[in-house]
Amino acid sequence: MKPFALLGRAVLAALAMIGRIALFAVDAVSHMLRPPFYGREFLSALMNIGWLSLPVVGLTAVFTGGALALQIYAGGSRFNAEAVVPQIVAVGVVRELGPVMVGLMIAARVTSSIAAEIGTMKVTEQIDALVTLSTHPMKYLTVPRVLAGLIVVPGLVAVGDIIGVFGGYAVATGTLGFNPAAYIRNTVDFLEPLDVISSLTKGAFFGFAATLMGCYHGMHSGRGAMGVGRATKTAVEGAAVLILAANFVLTGVFFTL
Amino acid sequence: MIEMKDIRKSFGSNHVLRGLNLSIPKGTSMVIIGGSGTGKSIALKCILGLVHQDSGTITVDGKDASKGDRDAFLARFGMLFQGGALFDSLPVWQNVAFRLLRGSLKRPHEEARAIAIEKLRRVGLKEDVADRLPAELSGGMQKRVGLARAIAAEPEIIFFDEPTTGLDPIMSGVINELIREIVVEMGATAMTITHDMTSVRAIADNIAMLHEGVIQWTGPVSEMDQSGNPYLEQFIQGKAEGPIEAVR
Repeated sequence: MKPFALLGRAVLAALAMIGRIALFAVDAVSHMLRPPFYGREFLSALMNIGWLSLPVVGLTAVFTGGALALQIYAGGSRFNAEAVVPQIVAVGVVRELGPVMVGLMIAARVTSSIAAEIGTMKVTEQIDALVTLSTHPMKYLTVPRVLAGLIVVPGLVAVGDIIGVFGGYAVATGTLGFNPAAYIRNTVDFLEPLDVISSLTKGAFFGFAATLMGCYHGMHSGRGAMGVGRATKTAVEGAAVLILAANFVLTGVFFTL
Repeated sequence: MIEMKDIRKSFGSNHVLRGLNLSIPKGTSMVIIGGSGTGKSIALKCILGLVHQDSGTITVDGKDASKGDRDAFLARFGMLFQGGALFDSLPVWQNVAFRLLRGSLKRPHEEARAIAIEKLRRVGLKEDVADRLPAELSGGMQKRVGLARAIAAEPEIIFFDEPTTGLDPIMSGVINELIREIVVEMGATAMTITHDMTSVRAIADNIAMLHEGVIQWTGPVSEMDQSGNPYLEQFIQGKAEGPIEAVR
């Protein structure tokens, strides 16, 4: 009986957490629509999440695109299909790898930093101080970050898509003997507007999920260094799982329904 | 006048406040003393609404603290937190002028900065501190910045949570003097939590001894040494033997 009790308890705890996160998300969205708005905090979050994530997003995308080109070429050569490298790189990067890689990079870089920052603010009573200074923590801490994630991550995904495709192009034309002009023409001809729309939509959702998880777990951090560490770890794990699960659902919505 | 009536607060099986009753007359300085973990900070946070009591009522000037315009209510308070609770990402002057840069008390940028610098001077800090980050300051300086922030909007009621914890005796004396001067000159109602008896004698008009979730004794600081209350006597004298268990 004990294993079932343990399993049941774990499931109930997981469901309760999902419920709390959903309520937190609704609360965050409702605060987005009501003043006051903190423009400076929003711009700072835009800079931190968007501009400062560009190097890691660019590097991840270029290597992923290059590796994808090599894999498709090696795999395709088994049945004389090497020529499809530009098309598969384009579809693979824009539909899947671009948004997922950017989402996971944002989870690693941004979710962790948000959870650690807000968690530290909580344990050092800075969040209590905000309240006593008549400033709602949800409006001052959560809304600027979540809104910035929602807006800027699609842009990062677009940049990641372009750099990822360029990574494939560089490898294909540099080492696999593809004609540069033909590669670009094949890429552009093969991509459809829905590919780009799905990529940017995923980016928006991943940005929202990654920042929301950072804020939620930071706000609910336990005491001391261990509490903040646990909040940070849980936030990154939660964001990564949410991003991959949402990617599956969104891919289904865009390409199979 | 702040009035707390029959305040109860539990965290699971830990019954922290078990019917706390306390009155703080307007314009007076009340110091709550008691051992660690006796619920002093929780009592204070209940007044501000940072923690919600399970039962009991809190009124400020006769009005229920949990009802009405929350912003207007909080605008009447200033608070010095135990660790300073300064915002790491903001320079010192923006910490001090935080309330004056946003919300209903918003002032023009230059005016807010001028007020912040004046408040920093009031707590004995020079203007060159204004543009530094909190992490660049010593513990004593951070406390003073926290004090400057607490008084920046000239609140009617000021709370001090362990104002001298972690400071050397000289810096503690400086902070105690500052608190007393500020409270007197602003005519504010003050509520301080501490277990530093030097602070108690320097800051308090009245004291309240909190133990086992209730006020064991309250009265003027001048009567503290002749209270005849065993809890208070043990606490003042710092004895291991007495009604307060040394191991909690």
